[in-house]
Formats: sequence, C-alpha cells, structure tokens
Amino acid sequence: MADTLRYRDDEPVDHPAVTVDAFLDQSNASAVRIEPGDDARALVPHLERLALVEVNFPAFGDGRGYSSARILREAGFEGELRAVGDVLVDQLAYMRRCGFDAFEPDEQFDMDDVKAAFERWPEVYQSAADSRTPIWTKRHA
Amino acid sequence: MRLLTGNDLKSGAVTWWTGSDWSIHIEDAVDVTGSEDEIARREEAARRVNVPYAIDAELHEGSPRPSHIKERVRALGPTVRPDLTLKPADPEIGNWVI
Amino acid sequence: MYAYDQYDQAMVDARVEEFRDQARRRLEGKLTEDQFKPLRLMNGLYLQLHAYMLRVAIPYGTLNSLQMRALADIAEKYDRGYGHFTTRQNIQYNWIKLEDAADILADLAKVEMHAIQTSGNCIRNISSDHFAGATADEVVDPRPYAELLRQWSSFHPEFSYLPRKFKIAVIASEKDRAAMRLHDIGINIVQNDTGELGAAFYVGGGMGRTPMIAPCINAFVPLDHFVTYAEACLRVYNRYGRRDNKYKARIKILVHELGAEEYTRQVEEEFAQLLDQGIEPPLAELERIRTFFEDPPFDGDADAEIDRSDPDFAVWVDRNTVPHKQPGYVSAVISLKPVGGIPGDATAEQMRLMADLAKDYSFDECRVMHTQNIVLPHVRKADLHALWTALEDAGLGSPNLDTVEDIIACPGLDYCSLANARSIPVAQKISERFAANGKTGTLGELKLKISGCINACGHHHAGHIGILGVDRKGVENYQLLLGGSEAEDVSLAKITGPGFDENGIVDAVETVTSVYERERQDGERFVDTYRRIGMNPFKEALYG
Ligand code: SF4
Repeated sequence: MADTLRYRDDEPVDHPAVTVDAFLDQSNASAVRIEPGDDARALVPHLERLALVEVNFPAFGDGRGYSSARILREAGFEGELRAVGDVLVDQLAYMRRCGFDAFEPDEQFDMDDVKAAFERWPEVYQSAADSRTPIWTKRHA
Repeated sequence: MRLLTGNDLKSGAVTWWTGSDWSIHIEDAVDVTGSEDEIARREEAARRVNVPYAIDAELHEGSPRPSHIKERVRALGPTVRPDLTLKPADPEIGNWVI
Repeated sequence: MYAYDQYDQAMVDARVEEFRDQARRRLEGKLTEDQFKPLRLMNGLYLQLHAYMLRVAIPYGTLNSLQMRALADIAEKYDRGYGHFTTRQNIQYNWIKLEDAADILADLAKVEMHAIQTSGNCIRNISSDHFAGATADEVVDPRPYAELLRQWSSFHPEFSYLPRKFKIAVIASEKDRAAMRLHDIGINIVQNDTGELGAAFYVGGGMGRTPMIAPCINAFVPLDHFVTYAEACLRVYNRYGRRDNKYKARIKILVHELGAEEYTRQVEEEFAQLLDQGIEPPLAELERIRTFFEDPPFDGDADAEIDRSDPDFAVWVDRNTVPHKQPGYVSAVISLKPVGGIPGDATAEQMRLMADLAKDYSFDECRVMHTQNIVLPHVRKADLHALWTALEDAGLGSPNLDTVEDIIACPGLDYCSLANARSIPVAQKISERFAANGKTGTLGELKLKISGCINACGHHHAGHIGILGVDRKGVENYQLLLGGSEAEDVSLAKITGPGFDENGIVDAVETVTSVYERERQDGERFVDTYRRIGMNPFKEALYG
C-alpha cells in the first residue's frame, strides 16, 4: 500500500474505519468505509459523528464511489473523504470534483503525474461537489 | 497448431510470433504449442506486443491458416477492400479467407 | 451552428494534452493496457480487428466545410484515404497508429472537433434530428438542447465510469428521425397546452442483445430543470445499474428489472435531492446557445419551381430531397450508398467535394444522418441541378434515399473484432440484386439494416427488414428479421426462422419483397403490409 495523499489540514483519524453495517449497528467509530454496493445515504443522519469516510474502489472501473462521495458532500459532510483501493492517477481530477480530499491508492503515484492531473482542467463544464464555477455560469456572470 | 498473435503497441498492426520476433505476415508465424503463455507474458511485459493471445491454425499449402474466419480476416485485411489487404495483387486471396 | 468560445476551446485543448500524456505513459510502460484502455476509449481509440480505430465525435451530426475538410485531411495524412460515417452520426478511421493519435486530436481541436467520450462507459456524443432547423414539423430546434447536454456531459466527474455506455438523443417533433426511443435516454422537446416548452424523458431503450423500447418516465420536465433531471436519471443508473454482467449493464435492464414506475420513483426522489444543488445551468446559457442555431439568411425570393426536364435529375429530386420549412428550399441527401459500395464510407476526395458543396449551396453546413448518409440541410431549389451534377460526377448521386438500397450496415467482420459475420458484402450484394432487377423504386420506403453481431450497431432490430450475422460453427450465417422501425412508429423486428448463408440471405430478402408486392394494398409500405398480414405469409414463402 502506498502513502495517503491528503488535501486537508486537520489531523488524520487514527483508528481504522468500520463497515457501514457495523457503524449503523452501534459503533462509536468516527471512521467508516463504504463499499461500492453500500447506500451512502444511510450515513446521512450520522454525519456529525463522522470524521472520515473511506470509499473503497475494489476495481477502478466501478464508478459507484463517485456518486457516494457526491451524495455525502451534498448532504453537508465536511470530514475527510478518502478514495481507497484501485485508484488511478488519471481519475484524481474527477474524484476531487466529486468531493474526495484524500487518496490512498493500492499503488504509489508518481507525484509529477499527480500534479499534472490536478492542473489538467482549466475550467469545468458542470457543477459538482467542489467549489469550481462552471463555464456556463462564468459566461453569464 | 497454435499461433501467437497480438498487435504492435505503437502502430496497432496485427503481428505474429515468428520464434524470435514479431512479423505482420502470417506466413512467418510458428507453432507455439506449450509455450504460448510464457512467450506472451514476456513479450507483453517488454512491450514488443500488445494484448497477445494464441489461436488455432492448420497448415495449408505449407503456411499456417487460422481455423476461424475472424483470424483469417484479421491476418489479411478487409475482404471488401482487397486493395488494402496485405496481398492486394493476389486474386485468389478471397478463397484463403472465406 | 455552434461555435466554440475560449472556454470550449481550452477544454478541448486540455483534453488533447491529457491524452498525449496518457499515450506517452502507455508507450513508456507506466500504464498497463488494462489501465490505458478506458482512457483511450474515452478518446474514441479502440484496438480493432486490423489496427487502432479512432471514432471522432460529430455533435448532433453537424459539420461545416472547414471541419469536413479537416476530416478529409486526417483520412489522408494518418489513415488510408477514407473514413466511415456511423449510425451515431460520427466518423471512424480504421488504420490509426497510437503514436499519431494525439496529433490527430490536436488537428481536430483546431477545427473545434474532438473524440471525447466517443467510446467507453460514459455519456457518449449526443445525437439529434438531422433535419433540425430545416423541417417544418418541429416544435422548436432540438440542437440547442443537445448542445447544452453536450456541455453538461463532457468530462462529467461522476458519470465517467458508468456500468456501461450511455447514449442520448434529442428530438423536437412527432416524427422521430433519431431513433429516440431506442436510446438510453431519448428526449423529445414538447409544448404543453399553455405553450410552454418542456422535455419528455424516455429512458431505457436500446438495441443490442436485449432490444427495448424506452418507456416515457416523465412527459414534461420544465426546461429550467432539464439538466438536473438528466443528472438524476444518470445517478440512479450509476448507483444501481448492474455491474456483475456486462450484457445486463445497460440502463434498459435496470429500468426493465425495476419496472418503469419504480425507476421513475427513484429518479424523482433523486431529483428532489438535487434540486437545490445548483446543477441547472442559467437559462441565459440556453438563450446564448440558441443564437447559434438561428436560421441562415434565406433567399426570400427563391424560386419554388424545379426544372425537371432532365429525367435522371428528376428521379434524384423525387427520391433524395426533403421538403423544407422555407419556400424555395429543400434538404438534399447525399447518398453514401452507391450500388455495390460500402455503406457509409467516403473517400477524402468525396469529403472535400461534400465540403465544397456545403459551402456553395447550404450555408456552409452539412450533417451526418444516422442512416450513414450526408444531408445538405438548406439548398435552394434553383441550385439543385448544379448540386446533382457535381454529385453525379463524384459517384455520390445515387437516388436511393430510404429505399432497399439505402442499407444501414455496421462494419461487421471486415473491420470489427466483435463481429460474427461480415455485414458489408451482404449489403453490397443486396443493393446489386435490387439495382439489377429494377425493383428499388417500386418497393418504395424499405429500411434494411444489417448488423454483424448481436451488439446491433447496424440497428437490425429496427429495420423493416433486419439482418443479423451469427457464427454457426465457424461459418457466417444470417438471420432475417421483419417488422422493426426506429421512427415514431417504433417497433422491434421479429426473426423469421432458421438463418441463411450469404447468398441465401440475399435471396431471402428478395423473397420477402415479392410477398409484399403480391400482398400490398394502396399506399402501404413494406412494414405496413407486414403489420397487417403478419409473419406467416413471409414464412411460407421463405421456408415453404
Ligand atoms: S454490430 Fe457487432 S459486428 Fe457490427 S460493428 Fe457492432 S459490434 Fe461490430
């Protein structure tokens, strides 16, 4: 496993994430891990308690985690949202837009590639979970 | 017999394993029975071929001819554009494919 | 037509550089083929039967002469002098080198074109009515809505790793010239009783191995919620579409398994969540886009009469021109279906000629039709003879629009690695047969569509006559289907019975047309007769 890239200033959570079921059951955990088939909305009533949500990508082609991330951000989650697993450098820009602010890939990224990925898009066409202003809003500002 | 085929990574051209290298001409292909996986893994890792796989073939007038029509079209080029095949001047080539 | 501003251009340029970097990393071995494949696919680059294939997006099929000329240049510079226009209004090149791909994308970007999202499990190029802006029967021009969706869906951060590909078509008339209900989402812009415009959403149509006609899930989405509603449709699909089986991963399966009502309920719920998320573009953006699609400066005094003294020309006019909303004008279809030719293929020279003709006779605009022809949308009747003469000289004057010769055929086994059988030779033989027996004209409208495998790129389910290539123990075999339509009378074709070999299928097509000739009543098209008399008379004639 490679280093975690974090794009936030607070201290990382120091205990492991539990499954959604365990968390909903009774856990006091402040970190939870969402699998692709989990319903992110089940966490919405408990966001206050959560400091970290890990979204697991067992295979990079399974894009359900992108929706999970956005749903949590739309619901107001402000804790750490970490993409974990088969996360590829070419996916970072979109993941960031969906609200991820930490990445724990199976394989270490080349930091030059990371930099290029985040600098890639001069503009964005649509709104998402980040604060970027879509082109169509800029056009009519 | 078994032939090992794939595409050239840069050009995309269909290529065949000749025993020591890759050729676009199926006539150069050799039987790889027994060693197909090993050669495929090694050559792909070295990026001398892209997505290699082995196919069944028979000897036909001394040259390998794939058992399945898809690989025969692939070996030669589109039947509807003989001018773009590897043998544009050979009028009999349609019979080899079909 | 739509023109890029600095924003659009910057995005397309950024994409070229992104892909250049990705291709470099692949060639250096930093990306495996498994990792690279979805990235190249999102730029339209396949590894096909003979080489890499590049599919270039033609948003809602529209090209100006500069763009058409650029397509010709690419065919010559990087390919083998030709391209293939597809059933999704795109063009593809068959002999591309990975080393050249980024340069080609850069050449495209210079003329405001790209290959973004022409493949992969993302939202594909948006298609639309090829007569938009020219036909009298539309409620409004559908292209601004298609353009708005193009922007929304481009580089969409949430919907780029969907369960499967996703195709959207937008129309704005009762007549459906875009196979709207056979798309993942079909949108029909409609007007309600109070004159207000809205979007009817049809979700879960498609062809492939499980053809489905999309049910209407919402008959009137107000235009100021249009994009948000699409977002909700996609989110439900991204979350719940099947990912365990590639063949069940399209949205049609989700809608079918949930039932249209339950799917709609989930979409409405998601939509309610999304409403206050600021997803909808400002309405001013739609207004801005609309200005690009205003009528060209038509000649108000254009002559309404056509000199029909040349009989060959008169045949072409009757067959290949379509009424226009503007008096004195028509839309003129350039057939890419010469008898014995390859449906949808055009050489670089032909593309350049079409570019010139678009410039000279159609306000610098031409469009790719999903039937793999090219239409010049706004031609003065007075210019038709000159246009036809130029087309005739270039082998582009076939008068066969919507006839049995106007065959849709996918590339099939001649080019496609997924194919079971060749499609093109069957199309060639059928068009030759009917040209020889002289029946093309008398059979009238007859939509014949051929696919080389169950993926149905040739829309065989939607053909009045459909042909599906299958693999029977390593030998090409062809199934015959009857009674499909992708127009407003949408229906799915049914298989007649056992398949045929290559010559047998050509005979079989002739046989079913003979049944039609025998049975037809006044004014009936082939498909009307089939619907009235059913499958049996055709079966009897075919299998005795
Ligand atoms: S229908 Fe099949 S053979 Fe034809 S282009 Fe599509 S995938 Fe290829």
